[in-house]
Amino acid sequence: MLNTEFIINAVYVLSAALFILGLKLLSHPLTARRGNKLSAMGMLVAICVTLIDQNILAYEWILVAIVAGSAVGALIAKKVALTEMPEMVSLLNGVGGMASLLVALAMVEADSAIESYLLVIVLLAIAIGGITFSGSVIAWAKLSGKVAKLISSGSTVFAGQAVVNILIVIGIVILGILVVVYPQAANSAIYLYSFVTLCIVLGVMLVIPIGGADMPVVISLLNSYSGLAACAAGLAIDNNLLIVAGALVGASGIILTSVMCKAMNRSLTNVLFSGFQAVSTSEI
Amino acid sequence: MSFIYLSMILMLAIFLGFELIRKVPATLHTPLMSGANAVSGITLIGAIAYSGNENLLLAQILGSVSVFLATINVVGGYMVTDRMLAMFKRK
Repeated sequence: MLNTEFIINAVYVLSAALFILGLKLLSHPLTARRGNKLSAMGMLVAICVTLIDQNILAYEWILVAIVAGSAVGALIAKKVALTEMPEMVSLLNGVGGMASLLVALAMVEADSAIESYLLVIVLLAIAIGGITFSGSVIAWAKLSGKVAKLISSGSTVFAGQAVVNILIVIGIVILGILVVVYPQAANSAIYLYSFVTLCIVLGVMLVIPIGGADMPVVISLLNSYSGLAACAAGLAIDNNLLIVAGALVGASGIILTSVMCKAMNRSLTNVLFSGFQAVSTSEI
Repeated sequence: MSFIYLSMILMLAIFLGFELIRKVPATLHTPLMSGANAVSGITLIGAIAYSGNENLLLAQILGSVSVFLATINVVGGYMVTDRMLAMFKRK
Protein backbone atom coordinates (compact mmCIF):
# COMPACT_ATOMS: atom_id res chain seq x y z
CA MET A 1 0.00 0.00 0.00
CA LEU A 2 1.39 3.37 -0.98
CA ASN A 3 1.04 6.10 1.57
CA THR A 4 0.53 9.76 0.69
CA GLU A 5 3.92 10.86 1.95
CA PHE A 6 5.63 8.42 -0.39
CA ILE A 7 3.55 9.59 -3.37
CA ILE A 8 4.23 13.25 -2.58
CA ASN A 9 7.97 12.69 -2.35
CA ALA A 10 8.03 10.59 -5.52
CA VAL A 11 6.30 13.36 -7.44
CA TYR A 12 8.73 15.87 -5.91
CA VAL A 13 11.57 13.90 -7.48
CA LEU A 14 9.83 14.19 -10.84
CA SER A 15 9.32 17.93 -10.52
CA ALA A 16 12.93 18.45 -9.38
CA ALA A 17 13.97 16.63 -12.59
CA LEU A 18 11.67 18.89 -14.62
CA PHE A 19 13.19 22.01 -13.01
CA ILE A 20 16.72 20.81 -13.78
CA LEU A 21 15.85 19.91 -17.37
CA GLY A 22 13.95 23.19 -17.75
CA LEU A 23 16.93 25.26 -16.60
CA LYS A 24 19.22 23.34 -18.93
CA LEU A 25 16.97 23.97 -21.94
CA LEU A 26 16.48 27.61 -20.90
CA SER A 27 20.17 28.29 -21.40
CA HIS A 28 20.05 27.51 -25.14
CA PRO A 29 18.22 29.89 -27.52
CA LEU A 30 16.47 27.20 -29.57
CA THR A 31 15.07 25.23 -26.67
CA ALA A 32 14.49 28.06 -24.20
CA ARG A 33 10.73 28.31 -24.56
CA ARG A 34 10.27 24.57 -24.18
CA GLY A 35 12.50 24.68 -21.10
CA ASN A 36 10.31 27.31 -19.51
CA LYS A 37 7.20 25.22 -20.17
CA LEU A 38 8.81 22.09 -18.69
CA SER A 39 9.77 24.03 -15.61
CA ALA A 40 6.22 25.39 -15.28
CA MET A 41 4.91 21.84 -15.58
CA GLY A 42 7.24 20.75 -12.77
CA MET A 43 5.80 23.52 -10.62
CA LEU A 44 2.23 22.55 -11.43
CA VAL A 45 2.61 18.89 -10.48
CA ALA A 46 4.45 19.87 -7.30
CA ILE A 47 1.60 22.17 -6.24
CA CYS A 48 -1.10 19.63 -7.11
CA VAL A 49 0.54 16.79 -5.22
CA THR A 50 1.20 19.00 -2.19
CA LEU A 51 -2.56 19.53 -1.91
CA ILE A 52 -3.13 15.85 -1.07
CA ASP A 53 -0.97 16.19 2.07
CA GLN A 54 -2.92 14.77 5.03
CA ASN A 55 -1.78 17.55 7.33
CA ILE A 56 -3.92 19.98 5.40
CA LEU A 57 -7.21 20.38 7.22
CA ALA A 58 -8.91 23.18 5.30
CA TYR A 59 -8.73 24.11 1.66
CA GLU A 60 -10.76 27.34 1.55
CA TRP A 61 -7.90 29.71 2.34
CA ILE A 62 -5.45 27.90 0.11
CA LEU A 63 -7.80 27.99 -2.86
CA VAL A 64 -8.74 31.63 -2.37
CA ALA A 65 -5.05 32.61 -2.08
CA ILE A 66 -4.06 30.56 -5.14
CA VAL A 67 -6.90 31.86 -7.30
CA ALA A 68 -6.29 35.48 -6.26
CA GLY A 69 -2.51 35.11 -6.74
CA SER A 70 -2.92 33.52 -10.18
CA ALA A 71 -5.29 36.28 -11.28
CA VAL A 72 -2.94 39.05 -10.13
CA GLY A 73 0.13 37.29 -11.59
CA ALA A 74 -1.53 36.65 -14.95
CA LEU A 75 -2.87 40.19 -15.15
CA ILE A 76 0.54 41.70 -14.41
CA ALA A 77 2.26 39.40 -16.91
CA LYS A 78 -0.22 40.28 -19.66
CA LYS A 79 -0.34 44.03 -19.01
CA VAL A 80 3.37 44.78 -18.65
CA ALA A 81 5.08 46.42 -21.62
CA LEU A 82 7.98 44.45 -23.12
CA THR A 83 10.36 47.30 -22.35
CA GLU A 84 9.47 47.06 -18.67
CA MET A 85 10.42 43.39 -18.31
CA PRO A 86 13.54 43.75 -16.10
CA GLU A 87 11.73 45.79 -13.46
CA MET A 88 8.78 43.38 -13.59
CA VAL A 89 11.14 40.45 -12.92
CA SER A 90 12.53 42.43 -10.01
CA LEU A 91 9.10 43.09 -8.53
CA LEU A 92 8.07 39.43 -8.89
CA ASN A 93 11.34 38.46 -7.26
CA GLY A 94 10.64 40.76 -4.32
CA VAL A 95 7.20 39.23 -3.92
CA GLY A 96 8.80 35.76 -3.86
CA GLY A 97 11.28 36.90 -1.19
CA MET A 98 8.42 38.16 0.95
CA ALA A 99 6.64 34.82 0.52
CA SER A 100 9.71 32.99 1.89
CA LEU A 101 9.90 35.43 4.80
CA LEU A 102 6.23 34.80 5.67
CA VAL A 103 6.58 30.99 5.49
CA ALA A 104 9.48 31.20 7.93
CA LEU A 105 7.46 33.50 10.22
CA ALA A 106 4.48 31.14 10.03
CA MET A 107 6.78 28.33 11.15
CA VAL A 108 7.90 30.28 14.23
CA GLU A 109 4.31 31.22 15.07
CA ALA A 110 2.99 27.69 14.57
CA ASP A 111 5.60 25.92 16.70
CA SER A 112 6.75 27.54 19.93
CA ALA A 113 9.35 24.88 20.72
CA ILE A 114 11.66 24.84 17.72
CA GLU A 115 15.15 23.41 18.15
CA SER A 116 17.87 26.07 18.18
CA TYR A 117 19.62 24.94 15.02
CA LEU A 118 16.32 25.04 13.14
CA LEU A 119 15.58 28.48 14.54
CA VAL A 120 18.91 29.71 13.14
CA ILE A 121 17.89 28.46 9.69
CA VAL A 122 14.43 30.01 10.02
CA LEU A 123 16.04 33.36 10.89
CA LEU A 124 18.34 32.95 7.89
CA ALA A 125 15.29 32.44 5.66
CA ILE A 126 13.66 35.54 7.17
CA ALA A 127 16.82 37.63 6.73
CA ILE A 128 17.45 36.60 3.11
CA GLY A 129 13.75 36.88 2.26
CA GLY A 130 13.53 40.35 3.80
CA ILE A 131 16.64 41.65 2.03
CA THR A 132 15.38 40.18 -1.27
CA PHE A 133 11.99 41.80 -0.81
CA SER A 134 13.04 45.37 -0.04
CA GLY A 135 16.10 45.26 -2.32
CA SER A 136 13.97 44.11 -5.24
CA VAL A 137 11.32 46.74 -4.60
CA ILE A 138 14.01 49.46 -4.58
CA ALA A 139 15.52 48.00 -7.78
CA TRP A 140 12.04 48.10 -9.35
CA ALA A 141 11.54 51.71 -8.24
CA LYS A 142 14.92 52.73 -9.67
CA LEU A 143 14.32 51.08 -13.04
CA SER A 144 10.71 52.11 -13.52
CA GLY A 145 11.24 55.67 -12.30
CA LYS A 146 7.68 55.65 -10.96
CA VAL A 147 8.67 56.95 -7.56
CA ALA A 148 11.52 59.11 -8.86
CA LYS A 149 10.88 61.79 -6.24
CA LEU A 150 11.56 59.37 -3.41
CA ILE A 151 14.19 57.11 -4.91
CA SER A 152 16.53 58.46 -7.55
CA SER A 153 17.50 56.10 -10.35
CA GLY A 154 21.14 57.02 -9.77
CA SER A 155 23.26 56.18 -6.77
CA THR A 156 22.03 57.58 -3.45
CA VAL A 157 24.81 57.92 -0.92
CA PHE A 158 24.89 59.89 2.32
CA ALA A 159 27.66 60.60 4.81
CA GLY A 160 28.23 57.73 7.23
CA GLN A 161 26.15 55.29 5.21
CA ALA A 162 28.72 52.52 5.59
CA VAL A 163 28.68 53.01 9.38
CA VAL A 164 24.88 52.90 9.45
CA ASN A 165 24.92 49.68 7.41
CA ILE A 166 27.41 48.07 9.78
CA LEU A 167 25.26 49.10 12.77
CA ILE A 168 22.19 47.55 11.11
CA VAL A 169 24.06 44.29 10.52
CA ILE A 170 25.25 44.25 14.15
CA GLY A 171 21.66 44.91 15.27
CA ILE A 172 20.39 42.02 13.13
CA VAL A 173 22.99 39.64 14.55
CA ILE A 174 22.26 40.66 18.18
CA LEU A 175 18.48 40.35 17.72
CA GLY A 176 18.96 37.00 16.00
CA ILE A 177 21.05 35.71 18.91
CA LEU A 178 18.41 36.96 21.39
CA VAL A 179 15.65 35.13 19.49
CA VAL A 180 17.62 31.87 19.39
CA VAL A 181 18.91 31.97 22.99
CA TYR A 182 15.67 33.17 24.65
CA PRO A 183 12.87 31.75 22.46
CA GLN A 184 10.46 31.67 25.43
CA ALA A 185 11.17 35.18 26.71
CA ALA A 186 8.16 37.45 27.16
CA ASN A 187 9.45 39.93 24.60
CA SER A 188 10.76 37.35 22.11
CA ALA A 189 8.07 38.50 19.67
CA ILE A 190 9.48 42.04 19.87
CA TYR A 191 12.98 40.69 19.13
CA LEU A 192 11.64 38.65 16.22
CA TYR A 193 9.68 41.44 14.57
CA SER A 194 12.50 43.96 15.11
CA PHE A 195 14.74 41.42 13.40
CA VAL A 196 12.32 41.25 10.45
CA THR A 197 12.14 45.06 10.22
CA LEU A 198 15.91 45.53 10.34
CA CYS A 199 16.41 42.93 7.58
CA ILE A 200 13.96 44.81 5.37
CA VAL A 201 15.76 48.09 6.12
CA LEU A 202 19.09 46.45 5.25
CA GLY A 203 17.76 45.46 1.82
CA VAL A 204 16.92 49.10 1.12
CA MET A 205 20.31 50.30 2.34
CA LEU A 206 22.20 47.78 0.21
CA VAL A 207 20.51 48.74 -3.06
CA ILE A 208 20.10 52.55 -2.83
CA PRO A 209 23.83 53.29 -3.41
CA ILE A 210 23.84 51.32 -6.68
CA GLY A 211 23.24 53.25 -9.92
CA GLY A 212 20.30 52.42 -12.18
CA ALA A 213 22.46 51.11 -15.04
CA ASP A 214 23.82 48.38 -12.79
CA MET A 215 20.35 47.23 -11.76
CA PRO A 216 20.12 44.13 -14.01
CA VAL A 217 23.16 42.67 -12.24
CA VAL A 218 21.67 43.52 -8.85
CA ILE A 219 18.34 41.94 -9.83
CA SER A 220 20.16 38.79 -10.86
CA LEU A 221 21.93 38.73 -7.49
CA LEU A 222 18.66 39.31 -5.62
CA ASN A 223 17.10 36.53 -7.69
CA SER A 224 19.83 34.24 -6.45
CA TYR A 225 19.04 35.39 -2.88
CA SER A 226 15.36 34.55 -3.27
CA GLY A 227 16.42 31.02 -4.26
CA LEU A 228 18.59 30.81 -1.15
CA ALA A 229 15.68 32.07 0.96
CA ALA A 230 13.44 29.31 -0.44
CA CYS A 231 16.26 26.83 0.19
CA ALA A 232 16.63 27.94 3.83
CA ALA A 233 12.86 27.71 4.29
CA GLY A 234 13.07 24.18 2.85
CA LEU A 235 15.78 23.15 5.33
CA ALA A 236 13.64 24.56 8.13
CA ILE A 237 10.39 22.82 7.21
CA ASP A 238 12.10 19.63 6.04
CA ASN A 239 10.99 19.77 2.41
CA ASN A 240 13.54 18.43 -0.06
CA LEU A 241 11.96 19.91 -3.19
CA LEU A 242 12.24 23.39 -1.68
CA ILE A 243 15.90 22.68 -0.94
CA VAL A 244 16.69 21.40 -4.43
CA ALA A 245 14.78 24.08 -6.34
CA GLY A 246 16.01 26.86 -4.05
CA ALA A 247 19.63 25.74 -4.30
CA LEU A 248 19.36 25.45 -8.10
CA VAL A 249 18.09 29.02 -8.35
CA GLY A 250 20.62 30.24 -5.80
CA ALA A 251 23.60 28.67 -7.55
CA SER A 252 22.54 29.43 -11.11
CA GLY A 253 21.70 32.99 -10.04
CA ILE A 254 25.21 33.56 -8.67
CA ILE A 255 26.78 32.20 -11.86
CA LEU A 256 24.45 34.28 -14.03
CA THR A 257 25.35 37.37 -11.99
CA SER A 258 29.05 36.80 -12.58
CA VAL A 259 28.47 36.12 -16.29
CA MET A 260 26.55 39.40 -16.55
CA CYS A 261 29.33 41.27 -14.73
CA LYS A 262 31.90 39.84 -17.13
CA ALA A 263 29.77 40.92 -20.09
CA MET A 264 29.91 44.46 -18.68
CA ASN A 265 33.62 44.08 -18.03
CA ARG A 266 33.26 44.78 -14.31
CA SER A 267 33.60 42.90 -11.07
CA LEU A 268 30.71 42.23 -8.72
CA THR A 269 32.34 44.18 -5.86
CA ASN A 270 32.71 47.08 -8.27
CA VAL A 271 29.00 46.98 -9.09
CA LEU A 272 27.92 46.68 -5.46
CA PHE A 273 30.21 49.23 -3.87
CA SER A 274 31.14 51.72 -6.60
CA GLY A 275 28.64 54.21 -5.10
CA PHE A 276 30.70 54.31 -1.91
CA GLN A 277 33.97 54.69 -3.79
CA ALA A 278 32.56 57.71 -5.62
CA VAL A 279 31.90 59.35 -2.26
CA SER A 280 35.31 58.66 -0.82
CA THR A 281 37.10 60.04 -3.89
CA SER A 282 34.98 63.20 -4.01
CA GLU A 283 35.76 63.86 -0.36
CA ILE A 284 39.49 63.69 -1.08
CA MET B 1 14.97 12.97 7.53
CA SER B 2 18.34 13.82 8.99
CA PHE B 3 19.87 17.24 8.62
CA ILE B 4 23.05 15.76 7.13
CA TYR B 5 21.03 14.07 4.41
CA LEU B 6 19.37 17.39 3.55
CA SER B 7 22.78 19.09 3.46
CA MET B 8 23.95 16.46 0.98
CA ILE B 9 21.00 17.26 -1.31
CA LEU B 10 21.78 20.96 -0.90
CA MET B 11 25.41 20.53 -1.91
CA LEU B 12 24.58 18.44 -5.00
CA ALA B 13 21.91 20.93 -6.11
CA ILE B 14 24.35 23.84 -5.80
CA PHE B 15 26.94 22.11 -7.99
CA LEU B 16 24.25 21.22 -10.51
CA GLY B 17 23.06 24.83 -10.64
CA PHE B 18 26.60 26.01 -11.34
CA GLU B 19 27.09 23.49 -14.14
CA LEU B 20 23.76 24.20 -15.84
CA ILE B 21 24.33 27.93 -16.30
CA ARG B 22 28.04 27.98 -17.15
CA LYS B 23 27.74 28.99 -20.80
CA VAL B 24 24.66 31.05 -21.49
CA PRO B 25 24.50 33.56 -24.36
CA ALA B 26 23.99 37.24 -23.40
CA THR B 27 20.58 37.43 -25.11
CA LEU B 28 19.22 34.84 -22.72
CA HIS B 29 20.34 36.56 -19.51
CA THR B 30 17.02 38.26 -18.73
CA PRO B 31 14.72 35.33 -19.68
CA LEU B 32 16.90 32.92 -17.72
CA MET B 33 16.81 35.21 -14.71
CA SER B 34 13.05 35.45 -15.03
CA GLY B 35 12.60 31.69 -15.44
CA ALA B 36 14.82 30.95 -12.44
CA ASN B 37 12.86 33.54 -10.49
CA ALA B 38 9.63 31.68 -11.22
CA VAL B 39 11.22 28.48 -9.88
CA SER B 40 12.04 30.25 -6.60
CA GLY B 41 8.29 30.67 -6.14
CA ILE B 42 8.44 27.01 -5.03
CA THR B 43 8.09 28.45 -1.51
CA LEU B 44 4.42 28.11 -2.39
CA ILE B 45 4.39 24.42 -1.54
CA GLY B 46 5.86 25.20 1.87
CA ALA B 47 3.26 27.90 2.46
CA ILE B 48 0.35 25.60 1.55
CA ALA B 49 0.88 23.49 4.67
CA TYR B 50 0.47 26.52 6.96
CA SER B 51 -2.37 28.01 4.98
CA GLY B 52 -4.32 24.77 5.37
CA ASN B 53 -3.72 24.36 9.10
CA GLU B 54 -6.63 25.69 11.13
CA ASN B 55 -5.02 25.16 14.52
CA LEU B 56 -3.25 28.50 14.73
CA LEU B 57 -4.87 31.54 13.22
CA LEU B 58 -1.78 33.75 13.00
CA ALA B 59 0.26 31.04 11.24
CA GLN B 60 -2.66 30.40 8.92
CA ILE B 61 -2.90 34.08 7.98
CA LEU B 62 0.86 34.31 7.39
CA GLY B 63 0.77 31.10 5.36
CA SER B 64 -2.16 32.24 3.24
CA VAL B 65 -0.60 35.62 2.44
CA SER B 66 2.54 33.71 1.55
CA VAL B 67 0.58 31.39 -0.78
CA PHE B 68 -0.94 34.46 -2.43
CA LEU B 69 2.42 36.19 -2.96
CA ALA B 70 4.21 33.02 -4.09
CA THR B 71 1.45 32.31 -6.63
CA ILE B 72 1.92 35.80 -8.08
CA ASN B 73 5.63 35.02 -8.32
CA VAL B 74 5.06 31.65 -10.00
CA VAL B 75 2.28 32.54 -12.44
CA GLY B 76 3.65 35.99 -13.27
CA GLY B 77 7.20 34.66 -13.55
CA TYR B 78 6.44 31.86 -16.01
CA MET B 79 4.11 34.00 -18.14
CA VAL B 80 6.55 36.91 -18.33
CA THR B 81 9.35 34.52 -19.30
CA ASP B 82 7.19 32.96 -21.99
CA ARG B 83 6.33 36.37 -23.41
CA MET B 84 9.99 37.34 -23.57
CA LEU B 85 10.94 34.09 -25.30
CA ALA B 86 8.06 34.33 -27.76
CA MET B 87 9.39 37.73 -28.81
CA PHE B 88 12.79 36.17 -29.37
CA LYS B 89 11.61 33.60 -31.85
CA ARG B 90 10.11 36.06 -34.30
CA LYS B 91 13.39 37.96 -34.67
